[in-house]
Amino acid sequence: MRIERINIEEIKDVREGVDLALLDPLIEKFRDKKGKMIPLLQGTQDIYGYIPREAFEKISGETGLKLSDMFGVATFYAQFRMNPVGKHIVKVCHGTACHVQNANSITEAMQEALGIDDGETTEDGMFTLESVACLGCCSLAPVMMIGDDTFGKLTGTQAIRIIKEIRKKELKQNQPD
Amino acid sequence: MEQTKVIVGLGSCGIAAGAKKVYDRIKAEMDAEGLDFELKKTSCIGMCYREPLVEIIDENGSYLYGDIDEKRAVEIIQKHVSQHNPVKDYVVQTELFETSDNDFVKPQVKIVLRNCGYIDPEKIEDYEARSGYRAIRKIAAERIARLDVIQTVINSGLRGRGGGGFPTGLKWKFANDNKADEKFIICNADEGDPGAFMDRSVLEGDPHSVLEGMIIGAYAIEATGGVIYCRAEYPLAIKRLNIAIEQAREKGYLGKNILGVEGFNFDIYIKEGAGAFVCGEETALIASVEGLRGMPRKRPPFPAASGLWKKPTNINNVETFANIPWIILNGAEEYAKYGTDRSKGTKVFALAGKIKRSGLVEVPMGISIRDVIFKLGGGIQEDKKFKAVQMGGPSGGCIPDSLSDTIVDYDSVNATGAIMGSGGMVVMDEATCMVDVAKFFLDFTRKESCGKCTFCRMGTTRMLEILTRITEGKGEEGDIQKLEELAYEIKDNSLCGLGQTAPNPVLTTIRYFRDEYEAHIRDKKCPAKVCKSLLTYEVIPDKCTGCTLCAINCPVDAIDGERKGIHFIRQEDCIKCGMCFTKCKFDAILTY
Ligand SMILES: Cc1cc2nc3c(=O)[nH]c(=O)nc-3n(C[C@H](O)[C@H](O)[C@H](O)COP(=O)(O)O)c2cc1C
Ligand code: SF4
Ligand code: SF4
Ligand code: FES
Repeated sequence: MRIERINIEEIKDVREGVDLALLDPLIEKFRDKKGKMIPLLQGTQDIYGYIPREAFEKISGETGLKLSDMFGVATFYAQFRMNPVGKHIVKVCHGTACHVQNANSITEAMQEALGIDDGETTEDGMFTLESVACLGCCSLAPVMMIGDDTFGKLTGTQAIRIIKEIRKKELKQNQPD
Repeated sequence: MEQTKVIVGLGSCGIAAGAKKVYDRIKAEMDAEGLDFELKKTSCIGMCYREPLVEIIDENGSYLYGDIDEKRAVEIIQKHVSQHNPVKDYVVQTELFETSDNDFVKPQVKIVLRNCGYIDPEKIEDYEARSGYRAIRKIAAERIARLDVIQTVINSGLRGRGGGGFPTGLKWKFANDNKADEKFIICNADEGDPGAFMDRSVLEGDPHSVLEGMIIGAYAIEATGGVIYCRAEYPLAIKRLNIAIEQAREKGYLGKNILGVEGFNFDIYIKEGAGAFVCGEETALIASVEGLRGMPRKRPPFPAASGLWKKPTNINNVETFANIPWIILNGAEEYAKYGTDRSKGTKVFALAGKIKRSGLVEVPMGISIRDVIFKLGGGIQEDKKFKAVQMGGPSGGCIPDSLSDTIVDYDSVNATGAIMGSGGMVVMDEATCMVDVAKFFLDFTRKESCGKCTFCRMGTTRMLEILTRITEGKGEEGDIQKLEELAYEIKDNSLCGLGQTAPNPVLTTIRYFRDEYEAHIRDKKCPAKVCKSLLTYEVIPDKCTGCTLCAINCPVDAIDGERKGIHFIRQEDCIKCGMCFTKCKFDAILTY
């Protein structure tokens, strides 16, 4: 159930490196709008990839939204993350169509390739592995999405190859010769 | 002679299959060779199983090419466009000659999907060229009375396509009866059923038809504001909707005094969902638009009386709205010609799962499930045995092969224990375990329950525990009864549709596949060989090459054997993880 997602202990306190000034235009845009809470949280997550604790505090302080309400909303919706995520988010679909086409084997392959469990981030901060419900490409099941790219009709081996290629690209970018 | 057109299908599914690369390749070829043809984009054509799709329209007619990769793309451009010599082997559908997939298209009647695959969704001119915005123009020009618009929708017999099947015209009438200074019209594009994708295809392929439907609705009930609540998992749909809204504003279909009708002011904005299935329920959706936790509330008051910001609000599904312009233009009688007595018109189905042709089909209500799966869908992959089709997602149920002559209309599908739902059809074959499917849906609804009602929150948790136990070989006599008792308690004691329907997948699988439950509980066997802990793993000596891969990967060292020698699994140590089966490259692990 959705209330299961509320678990304060799990939220790490990552204080370094959050540039709160980035929030100013967002807050200005929604300050006087009705129903601003979710767009504010979505905008914050777009900026940082997750919603840092300080962002909650700043938004609350400047807009008058109650911290408790914001936290309630942020924990209700699956979209919001309270912890930093990897550069690439690997979303493996576990919708009905993908489930009957053995999506479990894709998740298993990813767990092995990345050395992490569902919902975790690799130590180098490169990948986060997630399970999602239906990406709307059911005819290509099983499906996974990395960034904005969707990959269909997958096998475990293909999925691993895709990860390897991203790793290779990242390495190249980091070591210009 | 008219210029040859080359159209590439660039819906989410096409892009995932590589259509963007195909488009770029064709563009490059066109520029390099200085070829003279018109290159166009469209969205999902419906034949997702043949993506990427490229249509070529020349002086003879239309040829739809399927499974086109970059190499084939160059080939069809060279042969068909340059040398006027169609590559018949790759043509999947045309009216000019017999092809493999013509029977996928023939039984279809396209009302909702009338433009999908024909227009560039990012061009309002394309929509207008196919009678787009003509319905609202007609209403404005003839100043058709609001009540007459509503009456036309009532007469058409259109029922809500979001799942409930409530008559759309009546809903509009209620919203119209409630007078207020502000009223809202909301399009439900949350498409939460995992395994359904028709709303996505309509939004990506023909966003203006949804906007026009909403504008007509706004005219009929005097709405002042419009919201499209779209799930965030559909970035392409959101992008195209934004473009469409912008264009509609420029052309004066949205804004103040629309089309010269004094006082007809209406605008639409998009609200992105944040990932909660329960927000598809209308009162939860409204709470979510208001920026709150998406928890359903008690009705009445119904949204038609008090909805968004406590104002009268009318909520309809994407497909419902897409029907409206067609009905206004062609008349209620024309629409009501299709379908059955109490379910009029057509319905779009998303075919997925173990079916040969997965994709989108639009068929008249009243066609049999068998026809949809075997005639249009081409039957089961690898010609395996058809077992059941899941309809209605987490609120629906599994309809077995023996009932596949059931026709699709609201009442007939309900009678099986499933529901029409939004139109997802996930097809299952003999290799699908029905207990596992029931468990899958329960796991989904349990996670998605908003937590307000005890029976929904705890009842689904308890049911999931029992199902998990059964699939792990720890099922007990009496478990089936316990599941049934819990199911009825949950149905009776939940506030919203999520809880009230959550037990349906379990109830229908018990009803039609009781023997499978019993095999799990009594014999500790999974007939479909899905539930890993109920399988026995053994090495087939004839096939074992002694590669040692299984032994290396076995987490509990339950496999003996030397390199190049036949391996052996010690059953007493095996924890049935299935690793050896997955790892063996020679199919030498037997499961039973
Ligand atoms: C848990 C739950 C989820 C729902 N999800 C959707 C959905 O994703 N899309 C939708 O159009 N309707 C959904 N509905 C149905 C809506 O509540 C509502 O009936 C529908 O949007 C009304 O539009 P219609 O009359 O055009 O069908 C859902 C209902 C429930 C109870
Ligand atoms: S039935 Fe379930 S989802 Fe619906 S209101 Fe109750 S707890 Fe929430
Ligand atoms: S099923 Fe798992 S535990 Fe059993 S023999 Fe195979 S690898 Fe080992
Ligand atoms: S079930 Fe995986 S994309 Fe729909």
